Amino acid sequence: MIYWELFLAFLIPGILGYGGGPAAIPLVQVEVVDRYGWMTNPEFSEMVAAANALPGPIATKMAGFVGYDQAGVLGAIVALFASVGPSLLMMIVLLNILWRYKDSPYVKNLTKWVRPVIAVLLVVLTFQFFFDSYEMNGAWITVFLVIGAYILLERVKLHPAVVILLALGFGAVTTYI
Amino acid sequence: MVARQHVKTADERSTGRLYKELALGFFRVGIFGFGGGPSSIPLVHTEAVKKYKWMTDDEFGDILALANTMPGPIATKMAGYIGYRVAGMLGLLIALVVNVVPTVIAVILLLNLLAAYKDLPVVNNMASAVIPVVTVMLGVLAWDFVKKSGDSIGWAKAIFAIVIAYVAMYVLNIHPAFVILAVFALIFSPLLTKRRKRL
Repeated sequence: MIYWELFLAFLIPGILGYGGGPAAIPLVQVEVVDRYGWMTNPEFSEMVAAANALPGPIATKMAGFVGYDQAGVLGAIVALFASVGPSLLMMIVLLNILWRYKDSPYVKNLTKWVRPVIAVLLVVLTFQFFFDSYEMNGAWITVFLVIGAYILLERVKLHPAVVILLALGFGAVTTYI
Repeated sequence: MVARQHVKTADERSTGRLYKELALGFFRVGIFGFGGGPSSIPLVHTEAVKKYKWMTDDEFGDILALANTMPGPIATKMAGYIGYRVAGMLGLLIALVVNVVPTVIAVILLLNLLAAYKDLPVVNNMASAVIPVVTVMLGVLAWDFVKKSGDSIGWAKAIFAIVIAYVAMYVLNIHPAFVILAVFALIFSPLLTKRRKRL
């Protein structure tokens, strides 16, 4: 049954996809192309390209699209639930336990010592995005946009959404110059 | 008989307001998060901590840490959990749906109707121009975490912890989930030995 297959196909990448949505891309490919044959490899990369150009989490865009493609709106809902539900449920259970003991010195200590780990992850992610931009935009535009975005976000204090819209506009306008 | 007017209690009114805030906040996170789930981390931070003050920086850090130890997409885990924390099951559903559905519909439309558009240079250029903005947002958030580490456990310990975490994750290639779990284990280990002594 197609709904059950969709559920399984997106449950497995959802559970094994450590490292957020992008880590799930190759896992989704194994299910969608190799196991169930819903798409060819070129079709799959076309979907990833389109999903990358659009905003929002990547894993759910793939689940929604493949689910809809195979079995309509209900298919999309089933695939989305499979990719999001299980890990979200685990997270709610664990964080509720932490929350119950939030005043205990252990949990307070945990907050303090987990912070440096998250700091490292964020710093590395920042550099990854910087080098992605360098490859896509070149050095000059990257430096210009980084400095411009910093001033608008941190000095002028614009909402990030506004700055993103300005960057989209910049990208569109510079295409035709 | 006079129809009794339903007067909303303060609680009901504020729950309604929370639903609306969640819907708006995570809608913005979804449609402006270019570059996949991780790029929406600073956007979630802006909405949850700075704009709507649903939680403190510390709680946000805890949630981010746990979201990193769990498998699955990071943006939806954060949307779902924060929705749940702020306004229960309905809050979870609202945050998740507004976060996910608009972009899913966009991708379906893009591939089904406008397949030609995705190869247009203008679309690619727009998507690339957003990446430096995300870089800055992530950088600012990263510095925030570095500074708070220094302020709360002292700079010497913080730098030590940062170096250890970096070496573990990027030199030894240990998965972040295991590094975070190791921190959990170290923090809670005194609790276990204490219990053992008592037995």
